[in-house]
Amino acid sequence: MSILLSSDTTFIVQGITGREAVNLTRECLDYGSKIVGGVTPGRKGREVHGVPVFDTVAQAVEHHGGPIDGSVVTVPPAFTKDAVFEAILNGIKLIVIVTERIPRGDVAQMVELADLQGARIIGPNCLGLIVPEVCKMGGIGGPAKDAAKAYQPGPVGVMSRSGGMTTEISSSLTQAGLGVSTAVSIGGDAIIGSTYAELMPFFEADEQTKAIVIYTEPGGRMEAQLSEWVKDNNSRLPIVAFMAGKFMDDEEMKGMSFGHAGTIVEGVEDTATEKIARLEAAGIRVVERIDEIPTVVKEKLGVLA
Amino acid sequence: MAQDDLVLFPAAPRALSMRFYEFESRRIVERAGIPVTEYGFCKTAAEAREAAERIGGSTVIKSQVLTGGRMKAGGVKFADTPEEAEAHAADILELEINGHMPVGVLVDPKAEVEQEYYAAVLWDGRAKRPMMLFSDMGGIDIEEVAENHPDHVGRGHLSNLHPIPDFRAKEVVAAAGGLTGRELTRATPVLARLAQLQRDYDMTLAEINPLARLADGSFVALDAHMEMEDEAVGRHQKVLKEIGVELEEPRELYEPSEFERNVKAIDEADHRGVIQGKDHGFTGNLGLVIGAGGGSLTLTDAVRSQGGKPANYAEIGGNPSVAKSCGLAKEVLKKDGVEKIAVMMSIVSNTRVDIVARGVIKACLELGKDPGETIAIFRIPGAWEDEGFKILERYGVEYCDRSVSMWEAAGRAVAKIQGAPA
Repeated sequence: MSILLSSDTTFIVQGITGREAVNLTRECLDYGSKIVGGVTPGRKGREVHGVPVFDTVAQAVEHHGGPIDGSVVTVPPAFTKDAVFEAILNGIKLIVIVTERIPRGDVAQMVELADLQGARIIGPNCLGLIVPEVCKMGGIGGPAKDAAKAYQPGPVGVMSRSGGMTTEISSSLTQAGLGVSTAVSIGGDAIIGSTYAELMPFFEADEQTKAIVIYTEPGGRMEAQLSEWVKDNNSRLPIVAFMAGKFMDDEEMKGMSFGHAGTIVEGVEDTATEKIARLEAAGIRVVERIDEIPTVVKEKLGVLA
Repeated sequence: MAQDDLVLFPAAPRALSMRFYEFESRRIVERAGIPVTEYGFCKTAAEAREAAERIGGSTVIKSQVLTGGRMKAGGVKFADTPEEAEAHAADILELEINGHMPVGVLVDPKAEVEQEYYAAVLWDGRAKRPMMLFSDMGGIDIEEVAENHPDHVGRGHLSNLHPIPDFRAKEVVAAAGGLTGRELTRATPVLARLAQLQRDYDMTLAEINPLARLADGSFVALDAHMEMEDEAVGRHQKVLKEIGVELEEPRELYEPSEFERNVKAIDEADHRGVIQGKDHGFTGNLGLVIGAGGGSLTLTDAVRSQGGKPANYAEIGGNPSVAKSCGLAKEVLKKDGVEKIAVMMSIVSNTRVDIVARGVIKACLELGKDPGETIAIFRIPGAWEDEGFKILERYGVEYCDRSVSMWEAAGRAVAKIQGAPA
């Protein structure tokens, strides 16, 4: 099993004729994903790697002859809100927003509309999600053969604020013989569609998933939210966390942003030290070294040789 | 959830925001229909005198700097006559505060204030909605008020999709120490307009402190603090121009270093890929040519935790050209005290390993350095790695693939710079 995606998942790519989107389409098709259309206004009638391009999402849905499950949105920041509204209001339920640098007022509107319509947003500023050997939605893991090398099926759910680190961590789990159930690049912005705590119920309900690994950074309150979720829900899943950016706790780094837009320390609540303490208080194991992750996961699963 | 509500600024990090001077914030507040006093923004002492004459009576002269602590530093002074205003302005215009020189002074009438209030709208990243705050204890640190007098702080979230209703603002005002009567009815539209302003101008923070009630019962904004999200500055250019904001003027927290300026220039000269470099707060001997976002954070920690001293922070991403990788490596190597560089990234799928390898080797050669000696470690696994590793081998550079963790690679670089045998 898996979360959010299955072998039947159909999706479109909005902004499909852009350079990055063309690559992403190729990668996903090679991986076996079902891309049933693309949308770029004014480009109806073209094809991208055999995928038909439409002017509107409604045309794509009509051509498909039924509801489409998802959309990968790669349009420029000024047009993202409209594209996401279009997807949601045409019945699409899972939206991966790849675009970076979207003002958060726009993001908040998209998320609120998604909530009202029963849709889910992953991102923005993310690489999407992958179920090893089943489906890849977004640029996550890169070309199909690279994705196959880093992502093999297994019992660990991965959530990460960094797209690159999603693959780094998953690769180490794969190398250690553990593998991944579903890996989600949740995005590095201050406001995102799906936080750790908001995705936990999906992993909780997924039989394949036996443990969770999260990659996290200073800034924001997402870790506090996860800690509370864990305390309130008596989760069956052990969670192993890795916190990057501890150097940002230094006084001279205050107010500076590193890595992602959401990564900035402004108050005590935002620091790495504070977050680590909170996570640990909730029983979440925070590892010091990135390469401890597979070992600690094995410990938690009771499969340590 | 309930526990979290105790935090006053649960909000999301403000990320990178464009900060405004007080006089600009006042113009923004004014445009939103919130009354302000009849102030004057002046660039010279003579202008300050004229403004004080026009205002008549006692005035306040305030330094216009993008930093806090003005009052303590002597950047705010009171004057009874235009001559005094001129003299104070002359002093304040010369006064550096926390490393910032003022761009001018604001001359404000000394208002007869009956009471001071606090009003703000900011993001609550967790609720993913803007939050209104109001207190009848203004003029002082709001976090302190929230801690010691929680019943004097009203707060409430707004929908992102619905029009902003006055009644929501009214509820928040009413919750602040039980305000009622004319105070309530006159403060409500101020808060509602502030909320509209926050939405319309993509502010990460829209704050009026103090908001003052004058003897006649009217409310005026005596000081305002606005921060616009960087990502939104582009769409508000017209309004910013009308307000008189100089967009070219740098508004960073600190003056960028030569290294930072040079890396930025190299990045902007070529659209392929992205490089970033920062060295504010870094003084070590190990240069870092690292990426991408999360990988850079992880690697910087890994170097420091193992006793290494990074000379800088860097990010490589999005498949930069040879020239760009070379440019970044060169700038790092040119920094004072840098002996070696570590070239490391998390597994890449977009960036090509061979291109980065070529770039960093070229940088060493062009500076007359031996790549094998200068590059302590090269750890970038992923796309085109076999091609990259071949090149590195030719120049005697130590490299590793994904079987060596980011932690181990960082440790290897630290060991080398500390003189461990190669």
